[in-house]
Amino acid sequence: MWEYTDKVKEHFLNPRNVGEVEDANAVAEVGSMACGDALKLTLKVDENNKIMDAKFQTFGCASAIASGSALTEMLKGKTIEEAEKITNQDIADYLGGLPKEKMHCSVLGREALEGAIANYKGEPRKEQEGNIVCECFGVTDLEIERAVMENNLTTVEDVTNYTKAGGGCESCHEKIHEIISRVRAEAKPVAPPKLSNIQKIKMIEEVIEREIRPSLKHDGGDIELIDVIGNRVLLATRGTCAVCKASQQTLKNFVETKLRELVWPELVVEEVVQ
Amino acid sequence: MARVGCGGGGTVKTIYLDNNATTQVAPEVLEASLPYFHDLYGNPSSAHSFGGQVSRKIKEAREQVAGLLGAEPEEIIFTSCGTESDNTAIMSALATERGKRHVVTSRVEHPAIKSLCEHLSRQDYLVTEIPVDGEGKLDMERYEKSLTPDTAIVSLMWANNETGVLFPVEKAAEMAKERGVLFHTDAVQAVGKIPVDMKKNSIDMLSLSGHKLHAPKGVGVLYVRQGTKFSPFLIGGHQEKGRRGGTENTAGIIALGKACELAALNMEIENTRVKQLRDKLENEICSKIPNSRINGNPLNRLPNTANISFEFVEGEAILLMMDELGICASSGSACTSGSLQPSHVLRAMGVPFTMSHGSIRFSLSIYNTQEEIDFVIEKLPPIIEKLRNMSPYWKTGGQERVSL
Repeated sequence: MWEYTDKVKEHFLNPRNVGEVEDANAVAEVGSMACGDALKLTLKVDENNKIMDAKFQTFGCASAIASGSALTEMLKGKTIEEAEKITNQDIADYLGGLPKEKMHCSVLGREALEGAIANYKGEPRKEQEGNIVCECFGVTDLEIERAVMENNLTTVEDVTNYTKAGGGCESCHEKIHEIISRVRAEAKPVAPPKLSNIQKIKMIEEVIEREIRPSLKHDGGDIELIDVIGNRVLLATRGTCAVCKASQQTLKNFVETKLRELVWPELVVEEVVQ
Repeated sequence: MARVGCGGGGTVKTIYLDNNATTQVAPEVLEASLPYFHDLYGNPSSAHSFGGQVSRKIKEAREQVAGLLGAEPEEIIFTSCGTESDNTAIMSALATERGKRHVVTSRVEHPAIKSLCEHLSRQDYLVTEIPVDGEGKLDMERYEKSLTPDTAIVSLMWANNETGVLFPVEKAAEMAKERGVLFHTDAVQAVGKIPVDMKKNSIDMLSLSGHKLHAPKGVGVLYVRQGTKFSPFLIGGHQEKGRRGGTENTAGIIALGKACELAALNMEIENTRVKQLRDKLENEICSKIPNSRINGNPLNRLPNTANISFEFVEGEAILLMMDELGICASSGSACTSGSLQPSHVLRAMGVPFTMSHGSIRFSLSIYNTQEEIDFVIEKLPPIIEKLRNMSPYWKTGGQERVSL
């Protein structure tokens, strides 16, 4: 059984704004019965670009119904410019989150919203853009790229959860993988969080105490942290380590590896003789 | 079954109509097995009489299981579950039928067989999946043609867990025997619901699962006909005559013995009172709710199972609304399982998308009452109506589809 939030359950059992807005001037229909969910969104927008009324109809599971209800509640009173900024994550957040396998319900909501806004602006109905990647659910490369970018997706499974692509015969998994790699390579590398020197020293001490010292003590050895200069970690060997010929290897292969893994990837361990 | 459930977060009575998923442990079964958890905890393999008395109870359970199947006690191997029994049967056949690399099965098997066969097909085994028709009936012509000198084993389910449709496994086993091919049946859903007599057929191996017939979870059986070559799956101690290592699940096995004894006594109720309740549920639901239909051959199926599709609505939404009222059932819709496609059984039967996404399985037991069925008949139509009124495919008041 799915773990739905109380808000999802509440919107599913008592959905708001079900139906069709009379004299709607922004309409969109997305999804299909074959795919298992579909959403029809109708909006009434006034002359000041403000959404006066919003209604939806859904064929789909509990989270699809809740997403339709949430979306229409979010839209009422907003201007078109404000509505354009709503993302699928906003819809999920409004509901207190969705199970990751159900994120495609929120994506369906955003697609319906985009369609309705385009319809309102009199933009021609977008014929399918991009190339179909997933034949089973008719998902294009552009849709996958966008989902990867906007939701920071990293795996094929993520893409399936958000777009349904790859959820059928699975023959497109390799193509999806290529798209993920491409998009992530193009994306600007995110600067790693800065670690202050004090934080760094504290973390190194913790790791030595928790992860390293017990192993060394087991063999009668020990190390002591002398100083940290930038990414250079200065250590002194104690006990059997001080006289062990393999201590250099221990420091490089074990201590440095651990510190790089758990503290900072660029740390370099150096032994100081005292 | 007037117990308190948690549907809707309040206190509502649980109406349990999901007995193909699992069943309530029968009170008599619980009573028979309880002493073997705490007081009589001996190991049946021990030399002392404290263990020996448990060994005698296991012998009795073996006889009880054999009694229900029309088998000999030596033909019964206790396992941990239906899946283990299924895996053991197939892997044993591949080990003993050396050199043969072909397995025949159907498109609608339970994952215990289906996933195993998919696994085998990635390991240089050839797997043939026999198709079914729109009513879930096996294509016997294709089946006959599929048997080759390279076929190591056939595995066909006796009764389908989703639709209840029965396969003619006795006839299919006969055809396999004529060609010298081993035959296994996954009878997890059949045993206890319809009569099974192994003396009257030529099935070589049969799987059953305790928790589907009012015994607890964690115990199953693999029947292996005397004289059938066998290779163990779990290798360990001498338990089960070296055919399945591991200390016996004594309480579970003793429970299963009692459950089999009860199943034989209740077989007639299954096929009269339970069947009548199922038929009433189906008939009234289908007459009250337009655009609904029964999935599976209505004549040749289990007496307890009803698989009904409601057009233009989605199964998970139906299930959750029923859950609010304490009604437990299951669905073949994509959203229920977390996969994105509806059940492989309904797809194999060619059930159209408009129907398969809105399929609900009700599976009854001898513990269900007339009142419970009446409650469902009363409550389900407004649920379907509410969901259809939300559906863009449904024209209010009409029955024609609206195409998007």
